[in-house]
Amino acid sequence: MSADIPYKDALSIAALIREREISALEATEAFLARIEEVEPRVHAYINLAAERARDSAAGIDRMLQKGQALLQHRYAGVPIAIKDVLSTKGFTTTCGSRILENFVPVYDATAVERVSEAGTVMLGKANMDEFAMGSSTENSYFGPTSNPWDLERVPGGSSGGSAAAVAAGEAPWALGSDTGGSIRQPAALCGIVGMKPTYGLVSRYGLVAFASSLDQVGPMTLNVPDCAALLGVIAGHDPRDSTSIQQPPMDYLGSLSSEVRGMKAGVVRELSSEGIEPGVLDSFKRAVEVLEGLGVSCEEVSLPSFSYGLSAYYLIAPAEASSNLARFDGVRYGFRTDAEVDDIWEMYDRTRAEGFGPEVKRRIMLGTYALSAGYYDAYYAQAQKIRTLIVRDYGRAWESYDVLVSPTSPSVAFRLGEKTADPLSMYLSDICTIPVNLAGIPALSLPCGLSEGLPVGFQVMGPPLAEQKLLDIAYALEQALGFDALPPVASAGEVA
Amino acid sequence: MAVSIEDVEHVAKLARLHLTGEEKETIRRQLSDVLEHARVISEVDTSGVPPTSHALPLVNVYREDEARPSLDPDEVVSNAAWAVEHSFKVPRIL
Repeated sequence: MSADIPYKDALSIAALIREREISALEATEAFLARIEEVEPRVHAYINLAAERARDSAAGIDRMLQKGQALLQHRYAGVPIAIKDVLSTKGFTTTCGSRILENFVPVYDATAVERVSEAGTVMLGKANMDEFAMGSSTENSYFGPTSNPWDLERVPGGSSGGSAAAVAAGEAPWALGSDTGGSIRQPAALCGIVGMKPTYGLVSRYGLVAFASSLDQVGPMTLNVPDCAALLGVIAGHDPRDSTSIQQPPMDYLGSLSSEVRGMKAGVVRELSSEGIEPGVLDSFKRAVEVLEGLGVSCEEVSLPSFSYGLSAYYLIAPAEASSNLARFDGVRYGFRTDAEVDDIWEMYDRTRAEGFGPEVKRRIMLGTYALSAGYYDAYYAQAQKIRTLIVRDYGRAWESYDVLVSPTSPSVAFRLGEKTADPLSMYLSDICTIPVNLAGIPALSLPCGLSEGLPVGFQVMGPPLAEQKLLDIAYALEQALGFDALPPVASAGEVA
Repeated sequence: MAVSIEDVEHVAKLARLHLTGEEKETIRRQLSDVLEHARVISEVDTSGVPPTSHALPLVNVYREDEARPSLDPDEVVSNAAWAVEHSFKVPRIL
Protein backbone atom coordinates (compact mmCIF):
# COMPACT_ATOMS: atom_id res chain seq x y z
CA MET A 1 0.00 0.00 0.00
CA SER A 2 2.57 2.56 1.09
CA ALA A 3 4.63 2.04 -2.08
CA ASP A 4 1.59 3.25 -4.06
CA ILE A 5 1.31 6.54 -2.20
CA PRO A 6 3.96 8.62 -4.01
CA TYR A 7 2.45 9.98 -7.25
CA LYS A 8 -0.99 10.01 -5.73
CA ASP A 9 -2.16 13.60 -5.85
CA ALA A 10 -2.54 15.63 -2.68
CA LEU A 11 -6.34 15.58 -2.73
CA SER A 12 -6.39 11.76 -2.95
CA ILE A 13 -3.91 11.51 -0.08
CA ALA A 14 -6.03 13.92 1.99
CA ALA A 15 -9.12 11.79 1.30
CA LEU A 16 -7.33 8.53 2.24
CA ILE A 17 -6.23 10.05 5.55
CA ARG A 18 -9.62 11.63 6.26
CA GLU A 19 -11.35 8.30 5.62
CA ARG A 20 -8.75 6.55 7.79
CA GLU A 21 -7.60 4.30 4.95
CA ILE A 22 -4.06 5.31 5.82
CA SER A 23 -2.60 7.29 8.70
CA ALA A 24 -0.81 10.60 8.29
CA LEU A 25 2.35 8.91 9.52
CA GLU A 26 2.03 6.22 6.84
CA ALA A 27 1.74 8.91 4.19
CA THR A 28 4.81 10.71 5.51
CA GLU A 29 6.80 7.47 5.80
CA ALA A 30 5.88 6.55 2.21
CA PHE A 31 7.30 9.84 0.94
CA LEU A 32 10.39 9.63 3.17
CA ALA A 33 11.06 6.15 1.73
CA ARG A 34 10.60 7.48 -1.77
CA ILE A 35 12.97 10.36 -0.99
CA GLU A 36 15.58 7.93 0.29
CA GLU A 37 15.27 5.97 -2.96
CA VAL A 38 15.51 8.77 -5.54
CA GLU A 39 17.09 11.72 -3.72
CA PRO A 40 20.70 10.59 -4.36
CA ARG A 41 19.96 11.01 -8.08
CA VAL A 42 17.60 14.01 -8.03
CA HIS A 43 18.78 16.20 -5.10
CA ALA A 44 15.52 18.12 -4.81
CA TYR A 45 16.04 19.07 -1.16
CA ILE A 46 18.65 21.16 0.63
CA ASN A 47 17.64 20.04 4.13
CA LEU A 48 15.25 17.20 4.93
CA ALA A 49 12.96 17.51 7.94
CA ALA A 50 12.39 13.75 8.43
CA GLU A 51 12.11 13.65 12.23
CA ARG A 52 10.10 16.84 12.43
CA ALA A 53 7.77 15.47 9.71
CA ARG A 54 7.27 12.18 11.61
CA ASP A 55 6.47 14.06 14.83
CA SER A 56 4.06 16.36 13.09
CA ALA A 57 2.34 13.48 11.23
CA ALA A 58 2.04 11.49 14.47
CA GLY A 59 0.50 14.55 16.12
CA ILE A 60 -2.08 14.79 13.36
CA ASP A 61 -2.90 11.09 13.76
CA ARG A 62 -3.45 11.57 17.49
CA MET A 63 -5.83 14.42 16.78
CA LEU A 64 -7.69 12.42 14.16
CA GLN A 65 -8.02 9.47 16.53
CA LYS A 66 -9.50 11.69 19.22
CA GLY A 67 -11.78 13.26 16.66
CA GLN A 68 -10.12 16.59 17.37
CA ALA A 69 -9.24 17.48 13.82
CA LEU A 70 -10.25 21.05 13.44
CA LEU A 71 -12.31 22.27 10.54
CA GLN A 72 -9.32 24.25 9.32
CA HIS A 73 -7.26 21.04 8.96
CA ARG A 74 -8.63 20.57 5.47
CA TYR A 75 -5.57 18.74 4.25
CA ALA A 76 -4.49 16.96 7.41
CA GLY A 77 -1.43 14.79 6.87
CA VAL A 78 -0.64 15.84 3.29
CA PRO A 79 3.15 16.08 2.91
CA ILE A 80 4.61 19.21 1.33
CA ALA A 81 8.00 20.52 0.18
CA ILE A 82 8.78 24.18 0.93
CA LYS A 83 11.16 26.18 -1.25
CA ASP A 84 14.08 27.23 0.93
CA VAL A 85 13.30 30.92 0.35
CA LEU A 86 10.38 30.80 2.81
CA SER A 87 11.15 31.23 6.51
CA THR A 88 10.41 28.22 8.68
CA LYS A 89 10.55 28.85 12.41
CA GLY A 90 13.23 26.75 14.06
CA PHE A 91 14.27 25.09 10.79
CA THR A 92 17.27 26.19 8.71
CA THR A 93 16.39 28.45 5.78
CA THR A 94 19.36 28.91 3.45
CA CYS A 95 17.98 30.52 0.27
CA GLY A 96 20.51 28.31 -1.51
CA SER A 97 23.26 30.59 -0.24
CA ARG A 98 26.39 30.19 1.81
CA ILE A 99 25.59 33.48 3.53
CA LEU A 100 22.47 31.88 5.12
CA GLU A 101 23.86 28.35 5.45
CA ASN A 102 23.19 28.26 9.19
CA PHE A 103 20.30 30.72 9.41
CA VAL A 104 17.45 29.53 11.62
CA PRO A 105 14.40 31.85 11.36
CA VAL A 106 12.60 32.91 14.50
CA TYR A 107 9.23 33.15 12.76
CA ASP A 108 7.26 31.37 9.99
CA ALA A 109 6.41 32.95 6.66
CA THR A 110 2.65 33.52 6.36
CA ALA A 111 2.41 30.98 3.51
CA VAL A 112 4.20 28.42 5.70
CA GLU A 113 1.92 29.23 8.63
CA ARG A 114 -1.14 28.72 6.42
CA VAL A 115 -0.11 25.34 4.98
CA SER A 116 0.76 24.26 8.50
CA GLU A 117 -2.64 25.38 9.84
CA ALA A 118 -4.25 23.34 7.05
CA GLY A 119 -2.61 20.26 8.59
CA THR A 120 0.10 19.61 6.01
CA VAL A 121 3.43 18.04 6.98
CA MET A 122 6.65 19.69 5.81
CA LEU A 123 9.06 17.07 4.43
CA GLY A 124 11.95 19.47 3.89
CA LYS A 125 13.27 22.62 2.27
CA ALA A 126 13.57 22.44 -1.51
CA ASN A 127 16.66 23.39 -3.50
CA MET A 128 16.78 26.63 -5.48
CA ASP A 129 19.05 29.04 -7.28
CA GLU A 130 20.79 31.24 -4.72
CA PHE A 131 18.33 33.97 -3.61
CA ALA A 132 16.01 32.73 -6.40
CA MET A 133 18.33 34.19 -9.05
CA GLY A 134 18.55 31.74 -11.92
CA SER A 135 16.63 29.53 -14.32
CA SER A 136 18.28 26.15 -13.73
CA THR A 137 18.90 25.65 -9.95
CA GLU A 138 22.61 25.40 -10.85
CA ASN A 139 23.28 28.57 -8.82
CA SER A 140 22.58 26.78 -5.53
CA TYR A 141 25.50 26.79 -3.09
CA PHE A 142 24.42 23.26 -2.18
CA GLY A 143 24.79 21.83 -5.70
CA PRO A 144 22.33 21.47 -8.59
CA THR A 145 19.10 19.49 -8.80
CA SER A 146 18.60 17.02 -11.66
CA ASN A 147 15.52 16.87 -13.84
CA PRO A 148 13.62 13.62 -13.06
CA TRP A 149 12.93 13.24 -16.81
CA ASP A 150 16.64 13.21 -17.65
CA LEU A 151 19.19 13.35 -14.86
CA GLU A 152 21.72 15.06 -17.17
CA ARG A 153 19.37 18.02 -17.55
CA VAL A 154 18.31 20.94 -15.36
CA PRO A 155 14.90 21.07 -13.67
CA GLY A 156 14.61 24.79 -14.47
CA GLY A 157 14.67 27.43 -11.80
CA SER A 158 14.72 29.04 -9.52
CA SER A 159 12.14 26.73 -7.84
CA GLY A 160 13.84 23.68 -9.42
CA GLY A 161 13.92 21.67 -6.19
CA SER A 162 10.18 22.14 -5.62
CA ALA A 163 9.39 21.14 -9.23
CA ALA A 164 11.70 18.11 -9.21
CA ALA A 165 10.33 16.95 -5.83
CA VAL A 166 6.77 16.86 -7.19
CA ALA A 167 7.83 15.34 -10.54
CA ALA A 168 9.91 12.61 -8.85
CA GLY A 169 7.17 11.63 -6.39
CA GLU A 170 9.15 13.10 -3.48
CA ALA A 171 6.22 15.34 -2.42
CA PRO A 172 2.66 15.68 -3.71
CA TRP A 173 2.62 19.42 -3.05
CA ALA A 174 5.29 22.12 -3.08
CA LEU A 175 5.49 25.85 -2.54
CA GLY A 176 7.65 27.93 -4.85
CA SER A 177 8.22 31.62 -5.54
CA ASP A 178 8.10 33.41 -8.88
CA THR A 179 9.87 36.70 -9.66
CA GLY A 180 10.36 36.28 -13.42
CA GLY A 181 9.08 32.75 -14.04
CA SER A 182 10.64 30.82 -11.15
CA ILE A 183 7.50 28.71 -10.54
CA ARG A 184 6.20 28.35 -14.10
CA GLN A 185 9.44 27.60 -15.98
CA PRO A 186 10.57 24.74 -13.67
CA ALA A 187 6.97 23.43 -13.62
CA ALA A 188 7.11 23.36 -17.43
CA LEU A 189 10.52 21.68 -17.57
CA CYS A 190 9.50 19.02 -15.02
CA GLY A 191 6.01 18.32 -16.42
CA ILE A 192 3.93 19.57 -13.48
CA VAL A 193 1.45 22.40 -12.77
CA GLY A 194 2.71 25.69 -11.32
CA MET A 195 0.95 28.98 -10.70
CA LYS A 196 2.08 32.52 -10.05
CA PRO A 197 -0.87 34.28 -8.43
CA THR A 198 -1.77 37.96 -8.82
CA TYR A 199 0.78 40.18 -7.06
CA GLY A 200 -0.54 40.71 -3.54
CA LEU A 201 -2.88 37.68 -3.44
CA VAL A 202 -0.42 35.63 -1.34
CA SER A 203 1.43 37.32 1.51
CA ARG A 204 5.17 37.89 1.06
CA TYR A 205 5.73 38.06 4.83
CA GLY A 206 8.66 35.74 5.60
CA LEU A 207 9.56 35.30 1.93
CA VAL A 208 13.22 36.32 1.62
CA ALA A 209 13.07 39.28 -0.75
CA PHE A 210 14.65 39.18 -4.21
CA ALA A 211 12.73 41.87 -6.18
CA SER A 212 9.91 43.05 -3.95
CA SER A 213 7.66 44.53 -6.65
CA LEU A 214 7.73 41.22 -8.59
CA ASP A 215 8.02 38.37 -6.03
CA GLN A 216 5.01 36.13 -5.43
CA VAL A 217 4.56 32.78 -3.64
CA GLY A 218 2.57 30.06 -5.41
CA PRO A 219 1.62 26.37 -5.66
CA MET A 220 3.47 23.62 -7.57
CA THR A 221 1.43 20.46 -7.95
CA LEU A 222 0.74 17.26 -9.92
CA ASN A 223 -2.51 18.53 -11.44
CA VAL A 224 -4.92 21.46 -11.64
CA PRO A 225 -7.36 20.49 -8.83
CA ASP A 226 -4.37 20.13 -6.45
CA CYS A 227 -3.23 23.58 -7.59
CA ALA A 228 -6.65 25.11 -6.92
CA ALA A 229 -6.72 23.52 -3.47
CA LEU A 230 -3.24 24.70 -2.45
CA LEU A 231 -3.88 28.21 -3.77
CA GLY A 232 -7.02 28.31 -1.61
CA VAL A 233 -4.86 27.52 1.43
CA ILE A 234 -2.21 30.22 0.91
CA ALA A 235 -4.23 33.08 -0.66
CA GLY A 236 -5.71 35.83 1.45
CA HIS A 237 -5.11 39.14 3.14
CA ASP A 238 -2.28 39.48 5.65
CA PRO A 239 -1.86 42.71 7.63
CA ARG A 240 1.90 41.93 7.93
CA ASP A 241 2.38 42.53 4.18
CA SER A 242 1.39 46.07 3.20
CA THR A 243 1.07 45.01 -0.47
CA SER A 244 -1.40 42.25 0.40
CA ILE A 245 -4.74 42.63 -1.41
CA GLN A 246 -7.97 43.01 0.61
CA GLN A 247 -9.84 40.15 -1.01
CA PRO A 248 -12.51 37.87 0.48
CA PRO A 249 -11.39 34.20 0.70
CA MET A 250 -12.12 32.20 -2.45
CA ASP A 251 -12.90 28.50 -2.77
CA TYR A 252 -10.95 27.86 -5.98
CA LEU A 253 -11.34 24.09 -5.69
CA GLY A 254 -15.06 24.15 -4.91
CA SER A 255 -15.67 26.53 -7.83
CA LEU A 256 -13.48 24.59 -10.28
CA SER A 257 -15.33 24.04 -13.56
CA SER A 258 -14.25 22.74 -16.94
CA GLU A 259 -17.08 24.58 -18.66
CA VAL A 260 -15.11 27.03 -20.76
CA ARG A 261 -17.17 27.11 -23.97
CA GLY A 262 -17.46 30.64 -25.33
CA MET A 263 -14.29 31.98 -23.75
CA LYS A 264 -11.79 33.87 -25.89
CA ALA A 265 -8.05 33.29 -25.81
CA GLY A 266 -5.34 35.40 -27.45
CA VAL A 267 -2.21 33.62 -28.64
CA VAL A 268 0.64 36.08 -28.00
CA ARG A 269 2.63 36.40 -31.22
CA GLU A 270 5.73 37.83 -29.51
CA LEU A 271 5.92 34.78 -27.22
CA SER A 272 5.09 32.05 -29.70
CA SER A 273 7.17 32.63 -32.79
CA GLU A 274 10.82 33.65 -32.97
CA GLY A 275 13.21 32.07 -30.51
CA ILE A 276 10.91 29.19 -29.57
CA GLU A 277 12.20 25.66 -30.20
CA PRO A 278 10.25 23.91 -33.03
CA GLY A 279 9.31 20.92 -30.84
CA VAL A 280 7.95 23.23 -28.15
CA LEU A 281 6.00 25.23 -30.72
CA ASP A 282 4.46 22.08 -32.25
CA SER A 283 3.31 20.82 -28.89
CA PHE A 284 1.95 24.27 -27.98
CA LYS A 285 0.03 24.61 -31.25
CA ARG A 286 -1.55 21.18 -30.83
CA ALA A 287 -2.75 22.23 -27.38
CA VAL A 288 -4.23 25.43 -28.85
CA GLU A 289 -6.21 23.23 -31.28
CA VAL A 290 -7.44 21.14 -28.35
CA LEU A 291 -8.49 24.34 -26.60
CA GLU A 292 -10.45 25.38 -29.69
CA GLY A 293 -12.10 21.96 -29.68
CA LEU A 294 -13.33 22.79 -26.17
CA GLY A 295 -15.16 25.80 -27.54
CA VAL A 296 -12.55 28.45 -26.68
CA SER A 297 -11.98 30.73 -29.65
CA CYS A 298 -8.26 31.30 -30.18
CA GLU A 299 -6.67 33.95 -32.36
CA GLU A 300 -3.26 35.50 -32.63
CA VAL A 301 -2.70 38.85 -30.93
CA SER A 302 0.34 41.12 -31.01
CA LEU A 303 1.57 42.79 -27.83
CA PRO A 304 4.53 44.76 -29.23
CA SER A 305 6.01 45.95 -25.93
CA PHE A 306 6.71 42.34 -24.92
CA SER A 307 9.82 42.43 -27.12
CA TYR A 308 11.34 44.72 -24.48
CA GLY A 309 10.18 42.75 -21.46
CA LEU A 310 13.38 40.79 -20.91
CA SER A 311 15.62 43.86 -21.09
CA ALA A 312 13.40 45.84 -18.73
CA TYR A 313 13.23 42.94 -16.27
CA TYR A 314 17.00 42.43 -16.17
CA LEU A 315 17.39 46.06 -15.08
CA ILE A 316 14.44 46.31 -12.67
CA ALA A 317 14.89 42.97 -10.86
CA PRO A 318 18.66 43.37 -10.23
CA ALA A 319 18.10 46.99 -9.14
CA GLU A 320 15.61 45.87 -6.50
CA ALA A 321 17.84 42.93 -5.57
CA SER A 322 20.90 45.12 -5.08
CA SER A 323 18.90 47.13 -2.55
CA ASN A 324 17.25 44.13 -0.83
CA LEU A 325 20.51 42.21 -0.48
CA ALA A 326 22.26 45.11 1.22
CA ARG A 327 20.93 43.64 4.49
CA PHE A 328 23.38 40.73 4.29
CA ASP A 329 26.31 42.34 6.04
CA GLY A 330 27.48 39.74 8.56
CA VAL A 331 26.13 41.68 11.54
CA ARG A 332 22.60 40.63 12.54
CA TYR A 333 22.39 37.22 10.90
CA GLY A 334 24.19 34.95 8.48
CA PHE A 335 27.76 34.18 7.66
CA ARG A 336 30.61 36.56 8.62
CA THR A 337 34.11 36.34 7.15
CA ASP A 338 36.87 34.75 9.26
CA ALA A 339 39.47 36.97 7.59
CA GLU A 340 41.46 39.44 9.69
CA VAL A 341 39.92 42.82 8.94
CA ASP A 342 40.97 46.37 9.84
CA ASP A 343 37.51 47.87 10.11
CA ILE A 344 33.81 47.26 9.57
CA TRP A 345 33.96 48.25 5.90
CA GLU A 346 36.44 45.54 5.10
CA MET A 347 34.31 43.08 7.10
CA TYR A 348 31.29 43.95 4.91
CA ASP A 349 33.28 43.67 1.65
CA ARG A 350 34.86 40.32 2.57
CA THR A 351 31.70 38.79 4.10
CA ARG A 352 29.69 39.55 0.98
CA ALA A 353 32.48 38.40 -1.35
CA GLU A 354 32.75 35.05 0.45
CA GLY A 355 29.04 34.64 1.22
CA PHE A 356 27.50 35.31 -2.22
CA GLY A 357 27.94 33.16 -5.34
CA PRO A 358 28.82 34.45 -8.83
CA GLU A 359 25.26 35.03 -10.13
CA VAL A 360 24.20 36.96 -7.04
CA LYS A 361 27.31 39.14 -7.30
CA ARG A 362 26.59 39.72 -10.98
CA ARG A 363 23.02 40.85 -10.25
CA ILE A 364 24.07 43.07 -7.37
CA MET A 365 26.65 44.69 -9.66
CA LEU A 366 24.17 45.06 -12.53
CA GLY A 367 21.51 46.52 -10.24
CA THR A 368 23.89 48.89 -8.50
CA TYR A 369 25.16 50.04 -11.90
CA ALA A 370 21.61 50.63 -13.22
CA LEU A 371 20.77 52.71 -10.13
CA SER A 372 24.02 54.68 -10.00
CA ALA A 373 24.36 58.37 -10.79
CA GLY A 374 24.57 59.02 -14.51
CA TYR A 375 22.91 55.76 -15.56
CA TYR A 376 19.67 55.86 -13.55
CA ASP A 377 17.56 57.62 -16.20
CA ALA A 378 18.94 55.69 -19.17
CA TYR A 379 18.46 52.27 -17.58
CA TYR A 380 16.29 52.03 -14.47
CA ALA A 381 13.82 54.85 -15.19
CA GLN A 382 13.49 53.83 -18.85
CA ALA A 383 12.88 50.20 -17.80
CA GLN A 384 10.08 51.35 -15.51
CA LYS A 385 8.46 53.21 -18.40
CA ILE A 386 8.69 50.07 -20.52
CA ARG A 387 6.94 48.34 -17.64
CA THR A 388 4.05 50.79 -18.05
CA LEU A 389 3.84 49.94 -21.77
CA ILE A 390 3.63 46.22 -20.90
CA VAL A 391 0.87 46.87 -18.36
CA ARG A 392 -1.02 48.88 -21.03
CA ASP A 393 -0.60 46.15 -23.68
CA TYR A 394 -2.12 43.63 -21.29
CA GLY A 395 -4.91 46.07 -20.42
CA ARG A 396 -5.84 46.43 -24.09
CA ALA A 397 -5.80 42.64 -24.52
CA TRP A 398 -8.28 42.10 -21.67
CA GLU A 399 -10.81 44.22 -23.59
CA SER A 400 -10.97 41.44 -26.20
CA TYR A 401 -9.77 38.25 -24.49
CA ASP A 402 -10.50 36.31 -21.31
CA VAL A 403 -6.98 34.87 -21.24
CA LEU A 404 -3.71 34.99 -23.18
CA VAL A 405 -1.69 31.87 -23.94
CA SER A 406 1.90 31.06 -24.95
CA PRO A 407 4.54 28.39 -24.39
CA THR A 408 5.92 28.69 -20.82
CA SER A 409 9.55 28.18 -21.80
CA PRO A 410 11.23 28.67 -25.19
CA SER A 411 12.90 25.25 -24.87
CA VAL A 412 12.58 21.93 -23.11
CA ALA A 413 14.97 21.22 -20.22
CA PHE A 414 18.55 22.01 -21.24
CA ARG A 415 21.70 20.16 -20.20
CA LEU A 416 23.41 20.82 -16.89
CA GLY A 417 26.27 23.22 -17.55
CA GLU A 418 24.99 24.21 -20.99
CA LYS A 419 24.25 27.85 -20.13
CA THR A 420 26.26 28.55 -16.99
CA ALA A 421 29.13 30.24 -18.82
CA ASP A 422 26.86 32.67 -20.66
CA PRO A 423 24.48 34.54 -18.31
CA LEU A 424 22.61 36.21 -21.18
CA SER A 425 21.64 32.87 -22.75
CA MET A 426 20.37 31.76 -19.31
CA TYR A 427 18.34 34.99 -18.96
CA LEU A 428 16.65 34.26 -22.32
CA SER A 429 15.02 31.16 -20.72
CA ASP A 430 12.65 33.58 -18.97
CA ILE A 431 11.45 35.37 -22.08
CA CYS A 432 7.87 34.02 -22.01
CA THR A 433 7.29 34.32 -18.27
CA ILE A 434 8.68 37.79 -17.47
CA PRO A 435 5.91 40.10 -18.80
CA VAL A 436 3.49 38.54 -16.30
CA ASN A 437 5.60 39.59 -13.30
CA LEU A 438 6.14 43.10 -14.64
CA ALA A 439 2.35 43.54 -14.87
CA GLY A 440 1.58 41.75 -11.57
CA ILE A 441 -1.01 39.47 -13.21
CA PRO A 442 -1.67 35.76 -12.55
CA ALA A 443 -0.42 32.97 -14.83
CA LEU A 444 -0.28 29.21 -14.73
CA SER A 445 1.78 26.56 -16.52
CA LEU A 446 0.50 23.06 -17.20
CA PRO A 447 2.13 20.23 -19.15
CA CYS A 448 0.81 19.96 -22.72
CA GLY A 449 2.94 17.16 -24.15
CA LEU A 450 6.46 15.91 -24.74
CA SER A 451 9.14 17.02 -27.19
CA GLU A 452 12.14 14.71 -27.52
CA GLY A 453 10.81 12.85 -24.49
CA LEU A 454 10.84 15.99 -22.33
CA PRO A 455 7.82 17.93 -21.01
CA VAL A 456 6.52 21.10 -22.67
CA GLY A 457 4.65 23.73 -20.64
CA PHE A 458 1.55 25.66 -21.73
CA GLN A 459 1.15 29.10 -20.14
CA VAL A 460 -2.24 30.70 -19.45
CA MET A 461 -2.25 34.36 -18.37
CA GLY A 462 -5.21 36.38 -17.11
CA PRO A 463 -6.21 39.79 -15.76
CA PRO A 464 -5.58 40.64 -12.09
CA LEU A 465 -7.46 38.27 -9.76
CA ALA A 466 -8.63 36.00 -12.61
CA GLU A 467 -7.16 32.92 -10.90
CA GLN A 468 -10.45 31.02 -11.10
CA LYS A 469 -10.71 31.55 -14.84
CA LEU A 470 -7.11 30.38 -15.35
CA LEU A 471 -7.73 27.28 -13.25
CA ASP A 472 -10.95 26.49 -15.13
CA ILE A 473 -9.28 26.75 -18.56
CA ALA A 474 -6.31 24.72 -17.32
CA TYR A 475 -8.65 22.11 -15.81
CA ALA A 476 -10.57 21.72 -19.07
CA LEU A 477 -7.35 21.54 -21.07
CA GLU A 478 -5.75 19.09 -18.64
CA GLN A 479 -8.67 16.67 -19.01
CA ALA A 480 -8.80 17.03 -22.79
CA LEU A 481 -5.03 16.53 -23.19
CA GLY A 482 -4.90 13.59 -20.80
CA PHE A 483 -1.20 14.16 -20.10
CA ASP A 484 -0.30 11.37 -17.68
CA ALA A 485 3.30 10.50 -18.60
CA LEU A 486 5.65 9.92 -15.68
CA PRO A 487 9.37 10.67 -15.71
CA PRO A 488 11.75 7.72 -16.15
CA VAL A 489 12.99 8.19 -12.59
CA ALA A 490 9.51 7.06 -11.46
CA SER A 491 10.19 3.44 -12.34
CA ALA A 492 13.97 3.23 -12.75
CA GLY A 493 15.96 1.29 -10.19
CA GLU A 494 19.56 2.14 -9.39
CA VAL A 495 21.40 4.02 -12.10
CA ALA A 496 23.41 1.64 -14.26
CA MET B 1 27.74 49.57 -24.01
CA ALA B 2 31.31 48.95 -22.93
CA VAL B 3 31.86 48.96 -19.19
CA SER B 4 35.37 49.80 -17.98
CA ILE B 5 37.33 48.21 -15.14
CA GLU B 6 37.12 51.59 -13.37
CA ASP B 7 33.30 51.43 -13.63
CA VAL B 8 33.35 47.94 -12.15
CA GLU B 9 35.58 49.05 -9.27
CA HIS B 10 33.37 52.07 -8.54
CA VAL B 11 30.17 50.00 -8.56
CA ALA B 12 31.77 47.25 -6.43
CA LYS B 13 32.63 49.89 -3.86
CA LEU B 14 29.03 51.16 -3.83
CA ALA B 15 27.77 47.57 -3.50
CA ARG B 16 30.27 46.69 -0.74
CA LEU B 17 31.66 43.71 -2.64
CA HIS B 18 35.32 42.74 -2.63
CA LEU B 19 36.15 41.42 -6.12
CA THR B 20 39.33 39.68 -7.29
CA GLY B 21 41.07 40.89 -10.46
CA GLU B 22 39.69 37.95 -12.37
CA GLU B 23 36.13 38.56 -11.10
CA LYS B 24 36.37 42.21 -12.13
CA GLU B 25 37.25 41.27 -15.68
CA THR B 26 34.51 38.60 -15.93
CA ILE B 27 31.88 40.95 -14.53
CA ARG B 28 33.08 43.78 -16.80
CA ARG B 29 32.54 41.58 -19.86
CA GLN B 30 29.20 40.15 -18.69
CA LEU B 31 27.82 43.54 -17.64
CA SER B 32 28.77 44.91 -21.07
CA ASP B 33 26.90 42.02 -22.76
CA VAL B 34 23.73 42.48 -20.72
CA LEU B 35 23.74 46.27 -21.11
CA GLU B 36 24.31 45.89 -24.85
CA HIS B 37 21.23 43.65 -25.00
CA ALA B 38 19.30 46.16 -22.89
CA ARG B 39 20.14 48.97 -25.28
CA VAL B 40 16.98 48.15 -27.29
CA ILE B 41 14.90 49.82 -24.60
CA SER B 42 16.62 53.15 -25.17
CA GLU B 43 15.23 53.13 -28.72
CA VAL B 44 11.63 53.06 -27.48
CA ASP B 45 9.84 56.41 -27.42
CA THR B 46 8.58 56.74 -23.87
CA SER B 47 7.94 60.47 -23.84
CA GLY B 48 4.86 61.11 -21.75
CA VAL B 49 4.84 57.55 -20.36
CA PRO B 50 4.89 57.49 -16.54
CA PRO B 51 7.12 54.91 -14.84
CA THR B 52 5.58 51.91 -13.08
CA SER B 53 7.37 51.01 -9.88
CA HIS B 54 4.61 48.76 -8.65
CA ALA B 55 1.91 46.84 -10.51
CA LEU B 56 -0.78 47.48 -7.90
CA PRO B 57 -2.30 50.96 -7.54
CA LEU B 58 -1.85 50.97 -3.74
CA VAL B 59 -1.39 54.22 -1.85
CA ASN B 60 -0.83 54.60 1.90
CA VAL B 61 -1.96 51.28 3.30
CA TYR B 62 -2.79 51.76 6.97
CA ARG B 63 -3.70 49.38 9.74
CA GLU B 64 -4.68 49.88 13.35
CA ASP B 65 -1.71 50.72 15.54
CA GLU B 66 -2.10 47.89 18.03
CA ALA B 67 0.50 46.90 20.58
CA ARG B 68 1.72 43.33 20.05
CA PRO B 69 4.48 41.30 21.66
CA SER B 70 7.83 41.72 19.93
CA LEU B 71 10.55 39.11 19.45
CA ASP B 72 12.48 37.90 22.44
CA PRO B 73 15.92 39.61 22.55
CA ASP B 74 17.64 36.21 22.84
CA GLU B 75 15.96 35.19 19.60
CA VAL B 76 16.87 38.46 17.92
CA VAL B 77 20.59 37.86 18.41
CA SER B 78 20.40 34.08 17.96
CA ASN B 79 21.57 34.22 14.33
CA ALA B 80 24.35 36.76 14.77
CA ALA B 81 27.93 35.74 13.98
CA TRP B 82 29.08 37.62 17.06
CA ALA B 83 26.77 38.81 19.81
CA VAL B 84 27.53 39.81 23.38
CA GLU B 85 24.51 39.70 25.65
CA HIS B 86 21.88 41.49 23.60
CA SER B 87 24.27 43.44 21.38
CA PHE B 88 25.73 42.73 17.96
CA LYS B 89 29.51 43.00 17.99
CA VAL B 90 31.31 44.46 14.97
CA PRO B 91 34.88 45.45 14.09
CA ARG B 92 36.15 49.01 14.51
CA ILE B 93 33.89 51.58 12.81
CA LEU B 94 35.92 54.77 13.23
